[in-house]
Amino acid sequence: MSEKMGNFEVQPGKKTAFFTDSTTCIGCKACEVACKEWNGLEADGYNFSGFSYDNTVGLGASTWRHVKFVEDTPIPGLGGNSPDHNSWEFSSDVCKHCEVAGCLEACPTGALVRTEFGGVFLQPDICNGCAYCVISCPFGVVQKNEEDGRAFKCTFCTDRQKVGLEPACAKACPTQSIQFGVLETMEEKAADRLAVLQDRGMADAQIYNPTHTSVKGIHALFLIRGEPETYNLPPNPEVPTIYLRDGWKSAARDGFLLLAGVAAAFMAARSGRKDGIHV
Amino acid sequence: MSETQMLIEQLVDQREEHLLEIRREAELTGQVKSPGVRPEGSPFPIASPQTGYYQQPLLKEPQWTQLIPFYFFVGGAAGSLGVIGSLADVLGDEKRLAEQARWLAFGGSVLSGALLVTDLGRSSRFLNMLRVFKPQSTMSMGSWILSGFSVFASISSAADAMDALWGANLLSHLLRGMGRFGSVIFGMPFHNYTGVLLATTAMPVWNARANSLPGHFGMSGLQSGVSILELMGHEDNRALNLLGVLSASMETWEKIDISKSNARALLPLKHGGSGVLVSTGAWLSGPVPLLFRIGSVFLPERSVALRRLAACAGIVGSLFTRYGWVQAGKSSARDWRLALEIEAPKEVAMPTTAKRSTGRVIAKAAGAICVLATAFFVLRRKF
Repeated sequence: MSEKMGNFEVQPGKKTAFFTDSTTCIGCKACEVACKEWNGLEADGYNFSGFSYDNTVGLGASTWRHVKFVEDTPIPGLGGNSPDHNSWEFSSDVCKHCEVAGCLEACPTGALVRTEFGGVFLQPDICNGCAYCVISCPFGVVQKNEEDGRAFKCTFCTDRQKVGLEPACAKACPTQSIQFGVLETMEEKAADRLAVLQDRGMADAQIYNPTHTSVKGIHALFLIRGEPETYNLPPNPEVPTIYLRDGWKSAARDGFLLLAGVAAAFMAARSGRKDGIHV
Repeated sequence: MSETQMLIEQLVDQREEHLLEIRREAELTGQVKSPGVRPEGSPFPIASPQTGYYQQPLLKEPQWTQLIPFYFFVGGAAGSLGVIGSLADVLGDEKRLAEQARWLAFGGSVLSGALLVTDLGRSSRFLNMLRVFKPQSTMSMGSWILSGFSVFASISSAADAMDALWGANLLSHLLRGMGRFGSVIFGMPFHNYTGVLLATTAMPVWNARANSLPGHFGMSGLQSGVSILELMGHEDNRALNLLGVLSASMETWEKIDISKSNARALLPLKHGGSGVLVSTGAWLSGPVPLLFRIGSVFLPERSVALRRLAACAGIVGSLFTRYGWVQAGKSSARDWRLALEIEAPKEVAMPTTAKRSTGRVIAKAAGAICVLATAFFVLRRKF
């Protein structure tokens, strides 16, 4: 068997990334299905959410790709994807594989690691299910599977990348809405696509990549129309490690207060006893 | 034509007329709003900069079991007792109290470990916590702090056991010194690191108080540690009352500080189920024991009863505080506006129940009457 099975170069040490273009997404959910197929994830059941055609609702322990159906108030007689009316959009969500990842920083067992492709990988054979990563992700991606006991999230198809294959979701996408490749190339592609769309008068198009916060950028770029809030993307996601300094400072202050308090109280009580005070 | 037939024709006419009305409305306005045309559940939920993604929360709720807030209580008390047990005999000449505190600290550390391991999704892999040392992960630091404290608390108790079995000897003396030193060094972070654990997460209500939550949890731990010792027969110990006054004062200060803040992220501490837990906890660990402890100084003949009351309030208050804060984190994750930084309408940003409402006034009055009645009852009776 040949070393390389895929049709493009994946070099270890070179960061790879997704570029998800919501303007070419048709909401077919092929990525959701492909992800579940390749990774052997369980089905989500037959729940009806009532939120447009989105019955998946969010990413979770068994849902690593999620197609959002962004439906705003319909404007009768108009609608469609006219540049003036933001009425219906689709966007495939995924783990952001942050440059500085909250889950990775928080993991106490070393189960979460940074791969040679720059992605964040959760090793299921190490995870002991402490669930601290779940509350440390500013994007609400990681979730503990209560039945299994461990936490799960998108693997970035590290197994496929290792043999030169693109992730299952990108491969299954019929409209190239999900593209995959070297991070810099994807950033260029995103910028080019944005320029094309803005040229066509789509003034509300923008690239979501929070490089301005402690997350320092993501490895899953999104081209969206309108505000990120509409897509459940936080405008200013922060890695929780930024609170470490304040937290430990408070702990140190309180620790010394305990030490000084206990020492002072027992010494004062002893000298009081000697002086005959018995309160 | 029979009467029935006429009635049917009338009905048909009415219906036809209604259809024409709908058609006219559709032609004129482009959409039909008359009742019966709108489906059940309308208006439909939407995704927009004001409503987020169908008002679905972005953040995942904490998935800890109810054992974790109880661990916060046990760990907080055990860490404080470790420090008290290591210093009370050398600095205060309180041999019996110190030894009891050391045994409690040892038991607490064992219980803490058991609670944490049970909460893990894969309990058999608990040792994986000790395969890395990661300062940027508070959970990792906590594992090491707990392990360190357990080791030194065990050493202290081993020395005590040796004394009891074979009398004081050089080895037990040496072990006690080691245990004493380690219990103080690890007891300080062990009694409050759980506050850091919550503060360094993405839950808005927790990280919003990063610079005071560890202190808050630490003082809550000291309060419960002192209270447990008092209920074990040390309700006449002056040093413990001083420590009780210290922690109750700090908890009162924290309560005032939280109620002064109007930050929206802190709403779960004041509103809803978590709000009830947190504020009850704040009253029972702050003002109530403070009142009883100060009272016990001025009423020597009722001192013991008042100290017992303060101790009970402190323990219950600490438990409420831990459960309340964890619950508040869950509510905070469910608040879809916070993570998306969407400004809330006035009635959501500051619900009336958070400020003043009849229910709240009644609850507060009832609480105050309960406290006063208990105090009155205690002061009237001889114990």
